[in-house]
Amino acid sequence: MLHLILFLFFGAICVAGAINLLVQSHPINSALSLIVVMASLAAEYLLLGAEFVAAVQVIVYAGAIMVLFLITIMLLNAGKEERTNGSRVATLLGVPGVVVGAVLVAWTLIHRSDMGSVSIGALPGEPKDIARLLFHDFLLPFEVTSVLILIAIMGAVVLASRPDAVARPHPTAPVRHEEHELVAAGKDHE
Amino acid sequence: MIPLSYYLVLSGILFTCGVLGFLIKRNIITIFMSIELMLNGVNLSFVAFAAHWHALSGQVFVFFVMVVAAAEAAVGLAIIIAVYRTRETLNVDQVNLLKL
Repeated sequence: MLHLILFLFFGAICVAGAINLLVQSHPINSALSLIVVMASLAAEYLLLGAEFVAAVQVIVYAGAIMVLFLITIMLLNAGKEERTNGSRVATLLGVPGVVVGAVLVAWTLIHRSDMGSVSIGALPGEPKDIARLLFHDFLLPFEVTSVLILIAIMGAVVLASRPDAVARPHPTAPVRHEEHELVAAGKDHE
Repeated sequence: MIPLSYYLVLSGILFTCGVLGFLIKRNIITIFMSIELMLNGVNLSFVAFAAHWHALSGQVFVFFVMVVAAAEAAVGLAIIIAVYRTRETLNVDQVNLLKL
């Protein structure tokens, strides 16, 4: 009973934050409501017994990734969203289609009786067991993701740096070269 | 004891909110946040299934999803900064050079 109450409480916060993300017109309000969604999702993970995933959710998602979003919003000085209706097809056909699909999926899931149930703290997700799985059974995917994130860092640096900084890696070098040429030309004249 | 389907329905609601935000939002940063919302919904169903089948692999996949989301956020926000520098707008309807 307590489990159900906690699940419904944090689930309601989660859904309210997600709907608030859609309703708000200023991107910084959307970002803050997304942080609310992530924090309550961490509570849901705790209810499922995944303590390590909950901690990582708060640290990485609500911490690192959302700080990246907030810094970008502040850097670009993003104001209120302009309401333009660019693609009416996406809104007119997509939104009802998505809602109908979600209702169908939810209806099917709720009316299946053989799904089973989850008790509180069903799976003790200890860091030791997760680390053994991650560094032994999933070692190759782990290494591949490390390469992926390295490429992402380099791509972010290249994309976010100014275009002239990329084109001229050492801005003082050509100037010095011209000076040497001028000096050499002057010596020739003498 | 609560049914597994409740967790899956909550995950589906989050994913649906993400898709709706992707469709109706016009700010490119908010569209990115909708994508993060979709990834979070998928993560919840991963953890729920891991608890259901007593298999820790589901939780390991959550970490992989987080790494991909972090990489995607870093590259995507860098692209947004580059777009803003050239087009001076964050509205996706005005970033239409590739449109016919």
